[in-house]
Amino acid sequence: MHTPALLILASTIALISGCSATAKTDAQGFVIDPGFEAKLQEQLLDAKPGAVITIPAGKYAITRSLSVAVPGVTIRGVGMDKSILSFARQNSGAEGLLVTGDDFTLQDIAIEDSKGDALKINGTKNAVMRRVRAEWTGGAKTSNGAYGLYPVQVSNVLIEECVVKGASDAGIYVGQSTNIIVRNNRAEGNVAGIEVENSTGADVYGNIVTNNTGGILVFNMPDLPVPGGKTRVYKNQVTANNHVNFAAKGTAVASVPVGSGILVNSNDDVEIFDNDIKDNQTASVIISSFYSLGFESKRGIAAAYDPFPENVYVTDNRFVGGGNDPGARYEPLKALGGGALPPVLWDGFTNPKIAKAGICVQNGDAKTLNIDGPNKAANPRIETGVDCAPASRLPEIILPATMLAKK
Amino acid sequence: MKALLIAALLTLGLSGCVHETTQVTFHAEENPQSLKEWGLFDVKAGRITPRAGLVAYELATPLFSDYAQKWRAVFVPKGMSARYNPDKTFDFPIGTVIAKTFYYSTPAGTPPGTSARVLKVTPASYQAGDQGLDLTHTRLMETRLLVRRAQGWEALPYVWNAEQTEATLQRTGAAIPLEFDDGGARNRFVYTVPNVNQCAGCHATDRTKQLFPIGLKARHLNRDFPGSGGTVNQLTRLMQIGYLTGAPNAASAPRAARFDDATAAIDAKARAYLDINCAHCHSATGPARVSGLWLDLPTSDLRKLGACKPPIAAGRGTGNRLFSIVPGHPEASILAYRIATNDPGEMMPETGRSLTHKEGVALISQWIAGLKGDCAA
Repeated sequence: MHTPALLILASTIALISGCSATAKTDAQGFVIDPGFEAKLQEQLLDAKPGAVITIPAGKYAITRSLSVAVPGVTIRGVGMDKSILSFARQNSGAEGLLVTGDDFTLQDIAIEDSKGDALKINGTKNAVMRRVRAEWTGGAKTSNGAYGLYPVQVSNVLIEECVVKGASDAGIYVGQSTNIIVRNNRAEGNVAGIEVENSTGADVYGNIVTNNTGGILVFNMPDLPVPGGKTRVYKNQVTANNHVNFAAKGTAVASVPVGSGILVNSNDDVEIFDNDIKDNQTASVIISSFYSLGFESKRGIAAAYDPFPENVYVTDNRFVGGGNDPGARYEPLKALGGGALPPVLWDGFTNPKIAKAGICVQNGDAKTLNIDGPNKAANPRIETGVDCAPASRLPEIILPATMLAKK
Repeated sequence: MKALLIAALLTLGLSGCVHETTQVTFHAEENPQSLKEWGLFDVKAGRITPRAGLVAYELATPLFSDYAQKWRAVFVPKGMSARYNPDKTFDFPIGTVIAKTFYYSTPAGTPPGTSARVLKVTPASYQAGDQGLDLTHTRLMETRLLVRRAQGWEALPYVWNAEQTEATLQRTGAAIPLEFDDGGARNRFVYTVPNVNQCAGCHATDRTKQLFPIGLKARHLNRDFPGSGGTVNQLTRLMQIGYLTGAPNAASAPRAARFDDATAAIDAKARAYLDINCAHCHSATGPARVSGLWLDLPTSDLRKLGACKPPIAAGRGTGNRLFSIVPGHPEASILAYRIATNDPGEMMPETGRSLTHKEGVALISQWIAGLKGDCAA
């Protein structure tokens, strides 16, 4: 909340177009301004640290990926339903906007219909996404881009009050990053609503996550330079994530069961608490290993990779409904939960070299179903060995104050 | 002659701010709007020719760029030289200018500078470029400069005009609709001049975000090419003219294969192709380090090269396939899919092409088909 950021803001506002109120639009509603795209990209090239580039109201057609490489740039619209960068006519570039500059902020703007990811931020520090809408407007399609908001190998990430819809992989995807807050967003109609992958230190809270295939995913994938852990998922509303899975085959999320509320895969030190998890037809919480993703091969798994989830704590969540339609594979197991799968589903794979996997569920009378994956589901059972708690709880994520200052 | 001079003077007077020069001129700070101010080329009598000190070179295997041909040349200031490195880009001195001119052959009967139809190069239309280019049936697209300044390398894309007399700086790039004629089929495509950030997308090969030339490495240059001294090894030539110091005998320097060399081993050709087309991003330090798929020549671990490796952030770029490479099965390998598709949301490389490099896809497919093993569970 301190002044330097504000001062910079005030001193370097750069307007793209002086007058948008009278802008003419074409039949598809795009502002007719042939010079807009080149002018915007030129501003992004020429921006000096501290620059604020404003996008006026209107839907602007962008045909090539935009990119920001300078540090300290803010791109700001006048509202996520007013200032729209549409990539519906995109003919080149793998994403809508690619950012490689530190201290980047994007806010009050929409990125629509990019051919690949909507926003990708690669290898930076201090990235803020605030009140951004990333959406594929034609609804759920496999041909939509993979990720809506996609910081990767970024240290210090803040994603707040954003809206993500229609991603064919994850609406919000934080990959290989550290020190992360994802809060108060809405993720709807994606394959995965919010996914934190191979990242360390994340607080995911206050989000509304609904009508995705899987609501909130905490994953670790192999063969990556960066492993992850230490994620807290709390105070979210995870409701009816029962969308048909429209991911391309081969992606990790293609194996996410329809109706997964919160899904932990191969990740360690995860806390899931105080969430409202409702009507997710397979299970409210799924805890699984890499062996349940369908990528096993004779070559085995990279030696450095830990395919097992460990130290996962599920507590004080409110589970309502769900588990009622888990698909043919698990349908016979409904009897174990008294007509629906229990709220917590665990594939049962554990590292033979570790005495205690630390899978702990202390959530009122909620039961945990161990599907006995290691024995090809020969002996699925209500797991009684999960009444435990971690020795210590994860700390709150703290971000630099400059990132938190509301602008 | 007199008329020509007057014409030149008139041109100068009209354009006002263009400081035309007849010798290669390094600009330490400012970015001239006109390529002429760098003094790299003579453009007259239907030819573009290099000025003194600008030395043409060719790579063993080049990056594919929509079948554009590339005329590469390097200028090193008098009395200075680059230091040899067996693996990395040679350390060129401040004042070095690298010029890469993209061009296509064009059909007879149309003014080449405005011909939307462009042709695939054939042995008959191939121009080495050591003596410049004949422009009679050549459309100049752009000249990309990499200039070595005190603060590092900088990238400047210049786009040629319809008359092919002048190229102007276009830092935001350009999109030029063309139709590619490979002798059989014709395909419309949009030729894309990168913006300055996109230049960095390939040339910033590590997290320092510093730009580096890609081709001027020992392994890519270690081949014969015409020029001063005849058709000789390029490392030898660069040593002889004083542009390079410290290079060993060419026979003991690293050498990437020519991807179209019928006599070379498939593995060597495929790895050279992946190295120049992919490794500027796909390495332990490049922007695609985040994928865990590393395709540079020094990488030997087959898993890092993609064997039975699940995709990470490919999205629909998987093409419904499970692994980057399934040994023996190009039709099941994501790598083969992504280098073949033309969908901007799926294709690799992400920038620099909108056509499929059929020969490249065939090579990589052949390589994968010959790899041993499988990915069955």
